[in-house]
Amino acid sequence: MEKESFQPIQRNFLSYQRLERKQVGFWQDAWYRFRSNKGALLGAIFIICIMFFAFFGSSFSQYDYYSQNLLEVDQGDSAQHYFGTDSLGRDLWARTWYGAKISLLIAFLAVALDVLIGVTFGGISGYFGGRVDDTMQRVIEILYSIPNLIVIILMLMWLEPGIIPIAVALSITGWVPMARIVRAQVLKLKSQEFVLAARSLGASHRRIFIRHLLPNTVGPIIISVSFSIPSAIFFEAFLSFIGLGLRPPQASLGVLVNEGYRYLQLYPHQLLWPALLISLIMLGFNLMGDGLRDALDPKMKR
Amino acid sequence: MTFYILRRLILMMVTLLLIITATFFLVHSLPGTPLKNEEKLPPEIRDQILHEYGLDQPLYVQYFRFMGGLFKADLGKSLMYDGRDISQMLKERFFASAFIGFQGILIGLIIGGGLGILSALYQGRWIDNFATSTSVLGVSIPSFVLAGLLSFWVGVKWGILPPALWGSYAHTIMPSLSLSVAVIAQFSRYVRTELVEVLNQDYIKTARAKGLSKAAVIWRHGLRNALIPAVTVLGPLTVNILTGSLVVEKIFGVPGMGALFVDSIINNDYTAVLGTTIFYSLLIMISVLLIDILYGWIDPRIRVAGRRGE
Repeated sequence: MEKESFQPIQRNFLSYQRLERKQVGFWQDAWYRFRSNKGALLGAIFIICIMFFAFFGSSFSQYDYYSQNLLEVDQGDSAQHYFGTDSLGRDLWARTWYGAKISLLIAFLAVALDVLIGVTFGGISGYFGGRVDDTMQRVIEILYSIPNLIVIILMLMWLEPGIIPIAVALSITGWVPMARIVRAQVLKLKSQEFVLAARSLGASHRRIFIRHLLPNTVGPIIISVSFSIPSAIFFEAFLSFIGLGLRPPQASLGVLVNEGYRYLQLYPHQLLWPALLISLIMLGFNLMGDGLRDALDPKMKR
Repeated sequence: MTFYILRRLILMMVTLLLIITATFFLVHSLPGTPLKNEEKLPPEIRDQILHEYGLDQPLYVQYFRFMGGLFKADLGKSLMYDGRDISQMLKERFFASAFIGFQGILIGLIIGGGLGILSALYQGRWIDNFATSTSVLGVSIPSFVLAGLLSFWVGVKWGILPPALWGSYAHTIMPSLSLSVAVIAQFSRYVRTELVEVLNQDYIKTARAKGLSKAAVIWRHGLRNALIPAVTVLGPLTVNILTGSLVVEKIFGVPGMGALFVDSIINNDYTAVLGTTIFYSLLIMISVLLIDILYGWIDPRIRVAGRRGE
């Protein structure tokens, strides 16, 4: 090879500068990791599509979820009734998406309650420590050892079934894991220098907790939420399935699956759509949850 | 360790007492009476029925009578199945539930463990992708959907196995399979994670370097260390199986406790709800405690501390 084909690169200050990467913050980094996870993106797309149809799906059809038409009973899918009709002639397209909306609402509400109670309880317990923490931990210990299935079923026998009672029943034991996560995180953070600095600058407990500790617990909270939602959806469907959920003409995916079972032998499509949808919602949230966990907590791989 | 077990037992008793008391008063505060066709009954007969069940007594008397009965394992009489003894019913139904439950967990652990090991050993290959997708799907598809599909396709359409009811061994296969899917999904994922982590440790390299065969390294050094933490998932898995059994038994018509529980809820059979609730709570708490003790015994480094699943 000839000597001429090799040329020294111009060394100057700028080219050194170019070696340095752009600064990437935590959330940008997390977004990058999330984006490169195909499964998580797929899950997110599922959820966005399903939510779109759950809230706007009824406007694609002229039917509503409660009107009965006894002349059009148990039909298969057609141009009028995209998913067919049920045994009372109600349009299954409208009912399925309405059910999905109710299921999602219950899950979101339940998880919001979990976060609210869990963050407050866990935060106070971890932040103040000492005797406060001890007492609060005993409460958690007892609540944790009560099987949540039993509590939820008993609560629903007592409360009138509806969106809010079901969400409340789900969050009665549901907030406990959240409180544990927040407490652990606060315990870890509160002895760090930035908290000491804030305190010596005269920040109040409230300010320290909200401005300094809470933002640092957001990652674990999001991860926990993304797995609580599918579990709440499952439990709601489960309750409706064993007859403790919403009453007709109200519908959730669990109610629809339950109704679908009755005529499974004759009209399997009545079970198919709600069953498929609930599986897809759970799949979407689980996939997205996995992605979020890898993105927000790269040290913990599972 | 003794102190730990003692502490857990005391906590369990307190919790159980709380559950029983809360359930008792909750059930008795429910609107309406458990009598069928109440309006049609002449008052004398109505009073006599209430007296028969002790429902005419003040609530606190009923409570203490019930608690007294508990010590003799007497849970009272069913309202739905005219006066049948609930303890007796539970005894009869426990076998069916326990059988499909254990079989389900066993199938789940074997298949799940196998899938987990294979996907850890062949990371990124098709078997790994297959196992990972199976795991996500298995977690996502609710047991009642899966059970229904199995019953419909395998039982009714193809007629390979009986679609429902109870009797021969063949009747237990599909209920157990439906229960095992969640176990397969969770356990395979857990085993994979743990095994991948263990296989990256230095002592695995040492073992290979000193000339041990690959199989021996994986079996003796890899799996042993990977499976210890996997014991922790047994708790949540058991709870999972118990929850699933409520719907799975209903769908397949298995005469088990889960079906009894669901039926008694739907029919407002208060005494049966009370009895099954207590039994279920006890079962869940005992199995979780046993698994915790087992874990502390297998791995002495991790004693006590609140390691348990939901």
